[in-house]
Amino acid sequence: MQLAKVVGDVVATRKEPAFDGVALLVVQPIAADGQPVGRTLVAFDSVGAGVGETVFFVRGREASFPFLPAEVAADATIVGIVDHWDVE
Amino acid sequence: MQLGVVVGTVVATKKNRDFDNAKLLLVEPRTLDDRPAGPALLAVDGVGAGVGERVLVVLEGRSAGQAVGRPGAPLEAAIVGIVDEVELTGE
Repeated sequence: MQLAKVVGDVVATRKEPAFDGVALLVVQPIAADGQPVGRTLVAFDSVGAGVGETVFFVRGREASFPFLPAEVAADATIVGIVDHWDVE
Repeated sequence: MQLGVVVGTVVATKKNRDFDNAKLLLVEPRTLDDRPAGPALLAVDGVGAGVGERVLVVLEGRSAGQAVGRPGAPLEAAIVGIVDEVELTGE
């Protein structure tokens, strides 16, 4: 998984039926120091995250697991909202 | 698998229920000669690792979930070992 900041959302009226009711958010991965790292990407949301929040997301096949039994073709899904993190 | 060093801890109250009571650690990937190798990743701890320890991280969903007793959980990184030493004897 990776830490990320939610920086936007995506509206798509015409899409896979399985995507109905699932929010699509734009996330910017961040490093341990909070600085942006790498490119932004679109992730599904499974926890009710919103713009401005720090989250963590999972990549790959496991990104579809939170939506089972619906077969959502997800490759990145937010699975947690970060309260705080500490780096030593 | 990936070698890394635990650099931090993450607290997340609101998360997928498959992560209930999971210990979430930030791991900085390291090369064999212990240089940083990319941004920190977030892994579920399965072995009681702590900050500053050198660890072994499995980066594959199915295996990672099974390793921490959470098969089918939406995760793809798990700490599966604390590294005492890496010895390179070949050239």
